[in-house]
Formats: sequence, structure tokens, C-alpha cells
Amino acid sequence: MNRFAKSSLLGAPLAFAADAAYAQAAAPAAPATDWNAILIFAAFVILTLGITYWAAQRTRTTKDFYAAGGGVSGLQNGLAIAGDYMSAASFLGISALVFSSGYYGLIYSIGFLVGWPIIMFLMAEPLKNLGRFTFADVVSYRLQATPIRAMAATGTLVTVAFYLIAQMVGAGQLIELLFGLPYASAVIIVGVLMVIYVTFGGMIATTWVQIIKAGLLLFGATLMSLLVLIRFGFDFNGLIAKAIEIHPKHDAILLPGAAVANPISAISLGMALMFGTAGLPHILMRFFTVSNAKEARKSVFWATTFIGYFYILTFIIGFGAIVFVSADPAYHDAKGALLGGGNMPAIHLAHAVGGDLMKGFIAAVAFATILAVVSGLTLSGASAVSHDLYASVFRHGHVDEAAEIRASRITTVVLGIVAIILGVLFEKVNVAFMVGLAFAVAASANFPVLLLSMLWRGLTTRGAFVGGFVGLILAVVLTVASPGIWEAVFGFPKGTAWFPYTSPAIFSMPAAFIVCWLVSTLDKSRSAAAEKMAFEAQFVRSQTGIGAEGAVAH
Amino acid sequence: MDEAMLKRIESDPNFIKLVQERSSLGWTLSIIMLIIYYGFIALVAFAPSLIAVKIAGSITIGIVLGAAIILISIALTGVYVMRANTDYDELTAAIVAKAKGAK
Repeated sequence: MNRFAKSSLLGAPLAFAADAAYAQAAAPAAPATDWNAILIFAAFVILTLGITYWAAQRTRTTKDFYAAGGGVSGLQNGLAIAGDYMSAASFLGISALVFSSGYYGLIYSIGFLVGWPIIMFLMAEPLKNLGRFTFADVVSYRLQATPIRAMAATGTLVTVAFYLIAQMVGAGQLIELLFGLPYASAVIIVGVLMVIYVTFGGMIATTWVQIIKAGLLLFGATLMSLLVLIRFGFDFNGLIAKAIEIHPKHDAILLPGAAVANPISAISLGMALMFGTAGLPHILMRFFTVSNAKEARKSVFWATTFIGYFYILTFIIGFGAIVFVSADPAYHDAKGALLGGGNMPAIHLAHAVGGDLMKGFIAAVAFATILAVVSGLTLSGASAVSHDLYASVFRHGHVDEAAEIRASRITTVVLGIVAIILGVLFEKVNVAFMVGLAFAVAASANFPVLLLSMLWRGLTTRGAFVGGFVGLILAVVLTVASPGIWEAVFGFPKGTAWFPYTSPAIFSMPAAFIVCWLVSTLDKSRSAAAEKMAFEAQFVRSQTGIGAEGAVAH
Repeated sequence: MDEAMLKRIESDPNFIKLVQERSSLGWTLSIIMLIIYYGFIALVAFAPSLIAVKIAGSITIGIVLGAAIILISIALTGVYVMRANTDYDELTAAIVAKAKGAK
């Protein structure tokens, strides 16, 4: 527990402490098979496979495959975005962090939400009005397709790869614990199901999987919070007081904690959380599934509401876990360690307040959550390969829809196989840093280039290309050089990491903006002049939606 | 969109109004959000003990601030959507109608 808290504190920014803790969570004793969990999860799988079959009949064009035909409503998309965004790491990881460190965990609850208003105010409408299927569509709108799509696809694949590995490893270990299935078969089940959803049902099936999962997770978290609060007669103050009394750190759990004691680390982490959200490719892709800018705005409002509500519940669940789990010997082994490892407080809490059935339900919801998130990630990675690289970069747009969808399906299968192999290879590795890395890359490479391409007339192909890669490389290198990886993962001696902070974002994100600006400004080529000229037409379309697909009523 | 239509839209007073109002609201709300969040982060970074000050029973400034930031985020996106889905969409519809009509 301690080691886990420390590694997340020093290295990996995010609450993927959750995913981290998975790595150390593998209990030696063979866990008992939880039939409640298996039956509830089986019902989820049967339902979602039925939806996939239905969706497959409706998936004919690239627009169906990548964007669910563009007919998703704002409310549906808001739920689906919430489903994509609320990973098992948020649910299990944040409650685990609150359980071990108190208020420190809540800093993540807050940081994960505050990117959403920024997406709403500055990005949602132009994004929808300019793009078709991927955020690279938007960046390459007036810039040269080949270099820009190659850069954006790299940013997408790096983000997706790290996020995906973290989720697969997390899935394997969690399911091993919760369901009593062997690690490898758990990873294979997740991989195979996600490939089925995405290959056959495309975005239509993925959207519905997200919506159902978001509904289940919101319902489960609400129920757990109510069960906790009922014990206190709905007196939140009493819950906190009891948590302070029970937790070995007592009043110190109300402090932010040593992890963010260094101001640069605190601010850098805040930047990665806030702006990383605005650069996650699988989230950005969801904006193309609605019919117009108005629905895009509604999506963000609903998503913010659901996600914010969920994170407020994490306050109750986290402190509830301290009260009901930490003092109960039934959830600890003979040495006093938490059964199943550091990620389990939320699961044990479900049992403590709702018995075996509630525990089975929450375990099944956690599995469904991972499955939905990996499906969204895989579709996003597959579209970067088929739409950006294959159709645009290699075939220069001379490709028919059927061939492009075929390429996307093949990529999905390949990604699924790669994800299973990596999931098995990384079983024993502490993967906490990977989601942190994904957020850092999203904030440092994808977000600056996307924002500037929509709002700044002066951005040129060279500027975006160089700036995007500078942000990407810097984010990766500085993360690797931070103590959380250099010392905790690679095992170099303490104090040898030459980048001392929690997150690279405070350096890598401004660097990307500055390089984009500098290179664009110095770019005096003829194509640069043409690209700046083309901004006006792009701007009018981004503001009014004229020319955007499905945006203008005929 | 051809050059003539582009020029027409750009000189449409409704378009100028839409761009000005929307970007001023968007940036104002963004800056409010950034100040609130980085104000909170600054508190975490520079005055962590203040976060743990109890204001009502065992409930601390930090817990209240955290919940408030989440609720404010939701409220601000709501404000933006309400403005945009009424005023801005009307302006946009007028701009589009004019641009199409003059073709």
C-alpha cells in the first residue's frame, strides 16, 4: 500500500495508481470464484453482443463505422463520453487513493473534471464543424494532409497504446482477483470481446456499450454512496469525523499530502489533468457522432454533469471505505494487508454495505467499465491507422469506403492481438506511469496543435509538425526521466532521476505551444502563406457550420 | 464555399456579432475556470494547511472547495449552453439563411 502510494506520488501523475496497484495487487492465494459477479457480467456481455449484432446490420459506410452515422443525440453522446472517460482507474483508483491518503485522492476527482468546461468553451463547436472522423481531420483542414496526419496519428497511437496497456494489465489483474479467473484468460476475454464490438459494430456498438456501462457505473456508485450515507443518517459530517477517527493518519488525511508538496509538481499535475482531457483522441472522436454543433454542446454539458456527479460520489465512497473497510479484519490478511491489494477498497466497501450480491454487482461493473474503455480506445487507434495513415497518407484519399472500413477492421484485430500480447508481457510490470504518460502526451502534443489549428490564423504545417513532435517527445522523455519511472520502474538508485517532478506537462505543453508559434512565424514558404490565407474560410465554417456535414438543413 | 460567399458572410453584421459575443463569453468563462482551478492548485501547493482547516464540524475548506469547483464547472458549462443554444443559434441560423438566400 505504502509503496503504491509512493510510486504514484513520485512518478505517475495520475490516479492510475489504480492501474499501478493492480500490478502489485496479485494475491498469491487463488481467489474464490464469485458467481454473482460472473452471472451479472455474463448478462452484460450477452446484452452488448446482441447490440453489436444489431449495430453490425447498420454499419455500412465509413460514417457509420467511425461516427455511428452522425445520428447520436446530445444526451446519448454525453452519457457515452462519460462512459469513455470514467475508467476503472477513476472508480477503483481514486477510492483507493482516498482510502490510503485521504484528501490527496480528491485532487484527482477535481482535476479530472475541470478540463470539460474548457473543451466546451473553446473547442466543442469548431471541432464538430471542421472534423469528420478524427481530430486529425481538424488539424489538417487547411494544412498539408500527409505530414500533419502522420503527426496526429502518431500522437493518437502513442496515447492509445499507453492507455490501452494500462487498462489491459489492470483488467487482467482485477478480473483474476474478482472473478477468480486466470490472468491470461481474463486478458484474452477482454481482448476478444473488444475486437468483436469494434470490428462488427463499429462506433454504433461502441457507443451503446459506453452508454450501458455509464448507466451501470453511475447506478452502482449512487447505490454504494446511499448505503454508506444511510449508516450515518445522511450526515456527511459524521462520516468524515468517523473516517478521521479510524484512519491511522487521523487529521492528516485532510491535508493534500506530500505528493503535491512541491509547487511545480502540483501545477504540472494540474495542467496534465486539465488539458490532457482535451487531447484524448478517443474522447475527441466522440464529437463527430452527433449531427451538429448544438448537439455537440449538449453532449459536453451532459458529460460534465454525469462525470462531475460521479466524482462527487468518490468523496463519499473514499471516506466510506476508510470507515467500513480499514478497521474490519474480514478484509485484511493475517499481516494486516488489504485482501486483493491496494485497488480493492471500493470492492470491499460494496461487500461491507451491501453484502455478496452488491460486491458481485460492483465487480461486474468494474469489468464492464474496463471493457467499454478499451473498446473506445481501440476504435480510436484503428481510425488513426485506417482513416489518417492508410486512406490519407498512403493512398492520398484514393480509396473507397469499403476498403477503408476493411483496413479499420483489420487494424482492430491487429490492435486486439497486440493488446493481448502486451497485456500478458506487462503482467508483472508497474504500469502506473502509462496512463500518466497518455495524459501528458495528450496535453503536450495533441491539445496544443489542435487548439492552435482552430483558433490561430498563423499556424503552418511546419509549425504544427515540429511543435507537435517536440511536445510528444518531451512528454515521453521527461516522464521516463522522472523518479516514478527512472527509480521505481527501472530500478536506478534513488536520487538519480534527472527530472524531479511528478508530471512533465508544465514544461512540455508550453514548449509545444512556443515551438508551434516560433516555427510557424519563421516559416516564410509559399505554402505557409497559402495556409494562413485559408484560415478565413476555415474560421467561417468553424463558427457557422456552413459546409460541415449534416450541419445545414437543406 | 466560394470567395464571394465568404466575403459576404464575413461582412455580415450578424456574423461579426456572433464571433465577438461567442469568443468573449468563451474566453471569459475559460479564464474564470482557469483562475478557480489554478487558485485551488496554488492553495494546494503553497498553503496546504489551509486546505485542512475545519469549517463545519469535520468538514474542511478543502472538501467544500472541491465540491464547489465541480458544481461550478457544471454550472458554467450550463450557462454557456443556454446562451449558445438560444442567442448564438439564432444568429447562426440568420447568417446561414442570408448566405444561402443570396446565392
